[in-house]
Amino acid sequence: MIVELGHFALILAFVVAIAQSVVPMVGASRGWRGWMAVAEPAASAQVLLLAFSFAALTYAFVTSDFSLRLVTLNSHTDKPMLYKVTGVWGNHEGSMLLWCLILALFGALGAWFGGGLPERLRARVLAVQGSIGVAFLAFLIFTSNPFLRLEVPPFNGQDLNPLLQDPGLAFHPPFLYIGYVGLSMAFSFAVAALIEGRVDAAWGRWVRPWTLLAWLNLTIGIALGSWWAYYELGWGGFWFWDPVENASFMPWLIAAALLHSAIVVEKREALKAWTILLAILAFGFSLIGAFIVRSGVLTSVHAFANDPERGVYLLAITGVFMGSALVLFALRSGAMEATGVFQPVSREGALVANNILLAVSCFVVFVGTMWPLIAEMLWGQKLSVGPPFFNAAFTPFFIALAAILPFGAILPWKRAKLARAVRPLWGALVLAAAVGALIYALTSGRSAFAPIAIALGAWLVFGAAAELWTRAGRGEFASKLRRLGSLPRADWGKAVAHAGMGITFIGVAALVAYQVEDIRVAREGETYEVAGYDVTLVGVERVEGPNYISTMAEITLDRDGTEVARLFPEKRVYPVAGMPTTEAAIENGVFRDLYVVIGDPQQGGGWAVRTFIKPYANWIWAGCIIMALGGVLSLTDRRVRVAGSARKPRAPSGVPAE
Amino acid sequence: MIRALLLVCLLASPAFAVEPDEMLADPALEARANALDDVIRCVQCRSEAIGSSNADWARDARLVVRELIADGASDEEVLAFFVERYGEVVLMRPTTTGANLVLWLAAPAMLLGAGIVALVYLRRRSTAEPGGAALTPEEQARVDELLGR
Repeated sequence: MIVELGHFALILAFVVAIAQSVVPMVGASRGWRGWMAVAEPAASAQVLLLAFSFAALTYAFVTSDFSLRLVTLNSHTDKPMLYKVTGVWGNHEGSMLLWCLILALFGALGAWFGGGLPERLRARVLAVQGSIGVAFLAFLIFTSNPFLRLEVPPFNGQDLNPLLQDPGLAFHPPFLYIGYVGLSMAFSFAVAALIEGRVDAAWGRWVRPWTLLAWLNLTIGIALGSWWAYYELGWGGFWFWDPVENASFMPWLIAAALLHSAIVVEKREALKAWTILLAILAFGFSLIGAFIVRSGVLTSVHAFANDPERGVYLLAITGVFMGSALVLFALRSGAMEATGVFQPVSREGALVANNILLAVSCFVVFVGTMWPLIAEMLWGQKLSVGPPFFNAAFTPFFIALAAILPFGAILPWKRAKLARAVRPLWGALVLAAAVGALIYALTSGRSAFAPIAIALGAWLVFGAAAELWTRAGRGEFASKLRRLGSLPRADWGKAVAHAGMGITFIGVAALVAYQVEDIRVAREGETYEVAGYDVTLVGVERVEGPNYISTMAEITLDRDGTEVARLFPEKRVYPVAGMPTTEAAIENGVFRDLYVVIGDPQQGGGWAVRTFIKPYANWIWAGCIIMALGGVLSLTDRRVRVAGSARKPRAPSGVPAE
Repeated sequence: MIRALLLVCLLASPAFAVEPDEMLADPALEARANALDDVIRCVQCRSEAIGSSNADWARDARLVVRELIADGASDEEVLAFFVERYGEVVLMRPTTTGANLVLWLAAPAMLLGAGIVALVYLRRRSTAEPGGAALTPEEQARVDELLGR
């Protein structure tokens, strides 16, 4: 019964979305306030209906209702409760429902907190948001309905996939979807502004929080996925340049560009058309990402729902929304006159450079991801574009970005004297160079690439600190400290996010360049040396887990006679699912991870053992989390909150002078 | 969760990537073989290099790489050996010849184009008249009213 109600609510939400996309749009163009006012209740109703529908599906998973096809295929009574719940979005249909729910939630948030917007703009934004909802709800209901019943329900479900039962993986999709779908708000704002024919500073201020919210969740989602790959895949890779990873990375890059260009719109009323274009493209890349992941057109290691029909539908959604938005852009962008005047050497100029580098690096990822498809379609040539291409073609742009970032962040608006503006950065520059030189000296004989990349990471961190310190003004140390505390949160957010990127830089460079890997056959009781650690395979035993059989090794790592870590890597076999898994054992540290993996028993005795010393590995994800934290700080800035609630008529304060 | 399915490919055999019994005794040669493992694609898998794949084909390919290297083949000769048999699809790093030049040059070309557009834009912005006062008559009237003019 509850499931049927959920199904019904889903269809009702579809109908409401149609109303939300049509009525306010017509109202806005005719100036009918009553019609425009439909947007708000419709957005609220849509999110409530979808929330109920999602709850109903969750209920079916939790109660293991195997009359539902989706539950049968993706659940099992023996699954722990947590994974029954996360199993709701661990499949194509359920994840699509989550997608629609988040889409509606963003629309509703726009309705609830968008009171500061002009009436027409708000009606149009919500109508566009509603039309995206219509497209995806239609996709969900007609091609991927999660509420289909089975005529003869089985006694138990089919899926007890042990790999899906992992916290890193369970919570990675919701963050990613908030990111992907959150960009729809930027898109809706862009299209509404184009219809309106007006983009001003206020528009920049409105669109930024939504983009920021989407971007920071995307950051967390990507970091979680990368972290999962690191600890679960058994050799500690963290990024594979796989089509599906690229699908999440492209919107991230464009969203990052959009965040920065929207600042220029807000503060200086320039880059308007470009910002609109970025807002359209950011969501466009989200749609392309959904297409890549769910159509199976690009062979990816993460194949999800390989169904041509769904692929065609998603391609149609992408085509219609991008096509119409870009046509509208071509027709209307001429009206977006910039009004701000500035010299090339200025904050605006630096942000232009930032945008070029981010957009071009996104383009690299896009071309590389699509090239196998293009080559096969145009001249029937099958080829691969793998990590070596991306590492070579993508990295230079990010190196350049990191090199100019602290300069750009400290330049004043309008016009700058370069020599004077960068004076506060000399200390940071010297420190960063010293870090690079030190590392080069310590690792003499190896390539200079890693020391340079690490120095750049340090440059970002020190540069962010130097910027904050300058911002605190002149005067005594104590008063500077005090002023530092009262700086706007947006300033802190900016510095923190930039420093986070520096930390990720350091982590990636150090891990890639200085990882030590040892693969060998070890006998029980044997000790050998890896990069200064004495590694001992103490023993290997067979252990029975609740639903698996494990070969568990005990390995100790000693340094100078003291035990540093005692690790228990496992190889598990899950008989029900018929699946072997590798459970690497990791001793996490701030400066290095010790990562050991047990392999197969060897002919003639002994076991294959892999030992990795991974320097600064955790800095990669710590940096991402710090970047996201910077986003949160920015979001809680007073300006954003004020902009959000500005429409509330302020209660008269004080007594009129007369 | 999507990534989990990646393992489905790996699960063909429970072993994974380079095994100790495959490795060459000479560390210098093994290092070369290791580098080649990352640029040769496993044709049985989906976008994975033989260095990180556990498929049987990848294991065989790794052994062939080591055999060729032990016989004194250069890196180029090893790659040519694989391309000849399986086509360019085995190269994780596309060649820099023919149509692939478009792939390699796309980004630098775009950077150049974007740079030129940006320079023109910045020039125009730096010499433009400060605008922004373009209020509609109604807005101007409202401003006058607010200012008490």
